[in-house]
Amino acid sequence: MTAPAKAKAAPLAELKGDLAVLKEKFGDAVQPAEYEGVVIANGVLVEAARFIRDELGYQYLSSLTAVDYIQEGYFEVVYHAYRLEGGGPLVFKARTPRGVATIPSLVSVWPGADFQEREAWDLMGIRFAGHPNLKRILLWEGFHGHPLRKDWKEPYYEEEHKPFSSRWPSGHHIRAEDRVFWHDNVQYPLDWDPDQAEDTSDEWLYIGMGQFARAETGERVEPKSLRTERLVVNMGPQHPSTHGVFRMVVTLDGETIVRLEPVMGYLHRNHEKIGERNMYLQNMPYTDRLDYICSMSNNLGYAIAVEKLLGIKPPERAEYLRVIMAEFTRIVNHLWAIGFLLNDLGAFFTPALYAIEERELILDLFEEAAGSRMMCNYMRFGGVAYDVSDDWIARAKELVYNRLPRAIEELDRYLTHNELIQSRCQGVGVLPPDLAVAYSTAGPVLRASGIPYDVRRAEPYSIYDRFDFDVAVRYNGDVYDRYLIRIDEMWQSLRILRQALEQIPRGEIQAGKKQYMMRVPAGQAYGRVENPKGELGFYLVSDGSPNPYRYHIRAPSFINLTALNEMCKGHKVADVVVILGSIDIVLGEVDR
Amino acid sequence: MIYGIGILKGLGVTLKHFIESYIEDVRYLFEGGRYQPRHLPARQGPRARGIFTVQYPKEKLPLPENFRYIPFLVYDTQENKIKCTSCGICAKVCPPQCIWIVRGTDPSTGRPRPEPEAFYIDATICMSCGFCAEFCPFDAIKMDHDYELSSYERYESLLFDLPRLLKPDTYHAQIHPSDWARELAEKEAEKAKKREKAAARA
Amino acid sequence: MDELHDLNTMPVPSELRNNIFITTIDRFVSYIYNWGRKRSVWPMMFGLACCAIEMICAAASRFDIARFGSELMRPSPRQADLMIVSGTVTKKMVPQIVRLYNQMSEPKYVISMGACATGGGPFKEGYNVVSGIDKFIPVDVYVPGCPPRPEALLHGLLKLYEKIERQSVRSVPWYQRGESEAIPVPILGPDLIDPRRLPEIRARLGELQAQQGSSPESSL
Ligand code: SF4
Ligand code: SF4
Ligand code: SF4
Repeated sequence: MTAPAKAKAAPLAELKGDLAVLKEKFGDAVQPAEYEGVVIANGVLVEAARFIRDELGYQYLSSLTAVDYIQEGYFEVVYHAYRLEGGGPLVFKARTPRGVATIPSLVSVWPGADFQEREAWDLMGIRFAGHPNLKRILLWEGFHGHPLRKDWKEPYYEEEHKPFSSRWPSGHHIRAEDRVFWHDNVQYPLDWDPDQAEDTSDEWLYIGMGQFARAETGERVEPKSLRTERLVVNMGPQHPSTHGVFRMVVTLDGETIVRLEPVMGYLHRNHEKIGERNMYLQNMPYTDRLDYICSMSNNLGYAIAVEKLLGIKPPERAEYLRVIMAEFTRIVNHLWAIGFLLNDLGAFFTPALYAIEERELILDLFEEAAGSRMMCNYMRFGGVAYDVSDDWIARAKELVYNRLPRAIEELDRYLTHNELIQSRCQGVGVLPPDLAVAYSTAGPVLRASGIPYDVRRAEPYSIYDRFDFDVAVRYNGDVYDRYLIRIDEMWQSLRILRQALEQIPRGEIQAGKKQYMMRVPAGQAYGRVENPKGELGFYLVSDGSPNPYRYHIRAPSFINLTALNEMCKGHKVADVVVILGSIDIVLGEVDR
Repeated sequence: MIYGIGILKGLGVTLKHFIESYIEDVRYLFEGGRYQPRHLPARQGPRARGIFTVQYPKEKLPLPENFRYIPFLVYDTQENKIKCTSCGICAKVCPPQCIWIVRGTDPSTGRPRPEPEAFYIDATICMSCGFCAEFCPFDAIKMDHDYELSSYERYESLLFDLPRLLKPDTYHAQIHPSDWARELAEKEAEKAKKREKAAARA
Repeated sequence: MDELHDLNTMPVPSELRNNIFITTIDRFVSYIYNWGRKRSVWPMMFGLACCAIEMICAAASRFDIARFGSELMRPSPRQADLMIVSGTVTKKMVPQIVRLYNQMSEPKYVISMGACATGGGPFKEGYNVVSGIDKFIPVDVYVPGCPPRPEALLHGLLKLYEKIERQSVRSVPWYQRGESEAIPVPILGPDLIDPRRLPEIRARLGELQAQQGSSPESSL
């Protein structure tokens, strides 16, 4: 197969606007890249990044990911930075030969690069020089190899790409276990000594936290207060209020949090590796399982990214259906988030029960339209899978006009002014606006900190530019505001839904013929949508074959967690659960 | 701020729901009781009030036609044959690659025969995505509505082979009425075309 | 819990042939015992992935698992009777699951919910996914589907009831002498290591090393 970098580089003169300014400033250290953006030499990368952030105004680093161009023999790290006023990205890249695999870290410029760089180290094996804590993040310390490298094969490796030839025409059933040497999904390096089999994956974590605790206690001199001992406490991965298999290790001073280290990867399901084996369409149902509460809007994000490469547009009715589904999903997600935030606050299950009841009614609509309650798999490239009936529209209207407003108002009326909620949430977990941007947080977390950044407005996709709605924004950046913003957003979603359900035209739902195996023109595309949890992005590299060469997911829950330590510092340990609940993570997306 | 008001309000919501369920009960009393099957759509629809529970397994939620669980193969009862031609498209499109098909061969000529010799779907891998049914050009594989598949064992009972997968087209017609109507209409149209051609030739 | 004793088909040992009275009592006691037990199977509050959402829905008002006496989701494994493995079991998570299972007190049951927990599911080919939780802990009921509808989970629970009904007080393992053995917790090394297979792994790796000379790149 040919890697896409073979394509001709864009001529220098084509660099326009900010890229040209960048080129002027850094001269030969900035070279145009194929398809989009520029390649910046490693020597000036940090400086250039600072220039991009401060002088050019691209303050928000949305995505950072790595691509393995094995044939050309280098790794490429791709950055997408945006302006907070809206508009397109500034794409810049850095390259390193595969043997060297080292690139300067940008954590000092954008703290939000922290987890993303760790992920690139973990999965791609690129060292980020200057990263404060370059440890594996999704796999465990001690894992053998870096799985997203193109020359790394998983134990059940069968063929480079799907469809596998063993399935047809002589598809005699054989389980993957029976194909492989160990009869299980494992592989061991030959030079490994089994007598050393000992679980050391946690050691670095505790050692690190312990040292931290000791060093800090030594420094603190507060003669009047009691001498306190620092304590390292582990929460999760099996904990009723970590919203799944999420784990936090906290260093406590008494009951106050000194430092919090999120530990994840307990649901790392290898979306990206599997996604690069799959054909484009086959990834669609896998995106359902990213943020499994919002499968519809995940579908939308992926469809938009692939449509960018294909250069097609869905017909009108399909666009409306997409918006309707995406906005219903937002309501589902926020209802769920609020219900479980209340759970974390101690109002055990009752608010969640009422929220789930409304959610069930929306799920009924999804099930009728798409065939499944949760894993909708509804969008196709250039359209949607199934049309809806007039009866469906009528029922959706019934919900949008009568039922949901009543339910949201009920939540609002009884929860918003509840003293307990106010006293537990106000002023807790504050994230100031500058930090919210620096940490690349997105969605309700960002907007509750006073930054009115919403992809639907900033870089409208689908037909969002046609609807009349407000970008909800709150200014305190605490748990309470993150709760309020979800209520606000549900009202805005209802507004969009009302317009969409009234205006939806009749007609086709699919542009062209639906294909399961199509060649996608070589290129690179970053498609992003405003998911209920934040900005969901898909970075795709196509080499012109039916399978993506690189498939990366910019997961909002994952990146929002970068700021968790910042939000929790100085609060009581009981607040951690509430702060985590207010970020609203879903582990399928955090770990992917 | 007076403490406790919020809590009282919250308890009020619960009380409201509690009372509502009795009001509903009284209303249903005159219509033969809440659990009459004919009330199920109303009890589960957007206007539902009060108790929202489906009394599974005594009553079951009606499943929409699109609902998908694990696929099954359609057996044509009129022509007494398996509709699948073992073209292999479903095995190719299946995202987790959980379909295995052995294409049939004619024993006398050794040439491929449009019928599968063996067909496996591993229900422990299938992600219920519905692609196989969506892309099958012969309407030979459809998504089943039967979700009561739990078993004590997984190696045999959850690997669906050809006999286990086959279901009569009458079953398909029953769970997918509009899809079935479309198939019939298409068949009719094809027949009409053929007749026309024959007439033109004559 | 490895074998099921169906009371009706259980062979009567020869020394007990004359002693039908005892078997009758046994049946009666088992009946009462199981009747009580099966109507209060408390699951552990433990969710792994997407299937856990459907599990929560099964516990919510529409499907209401409380009708079956299982609404008390216990956060502590020591108070739980049933572990619903609801979602993808990853290599990183499986040591914790085994540890939790070991901490549950007998009688304990396991429902494997969804394709992932049952046999790896759509993510089976992934490098961090365990091909079915039954590779490590014994599973009583498998519920296929991705995700299983809440009703499907309830159906699995009913299947579990049937299984419980058939157990006899005299043969259930937790009233036998001796302690039940804990399952060795898997280890995270260069890959997931099942301690029960260590001798085998050691032997085979040694063999291969001798054959090929140890070249650090090659792996199996
Ligand atoms: S089920 Fe349909 S797609 Fe699959 S092999 Fe048979 S005819 Fe082809
Ligand atoms: S439903 Fe999807 S996963 Fe299941 S057999 Fe069909 S194509 Fe494969
Ligand atoms: S079986 Fe399907 S729904 Fe359940 S955890 Fe696996 S992928 Fe998610």
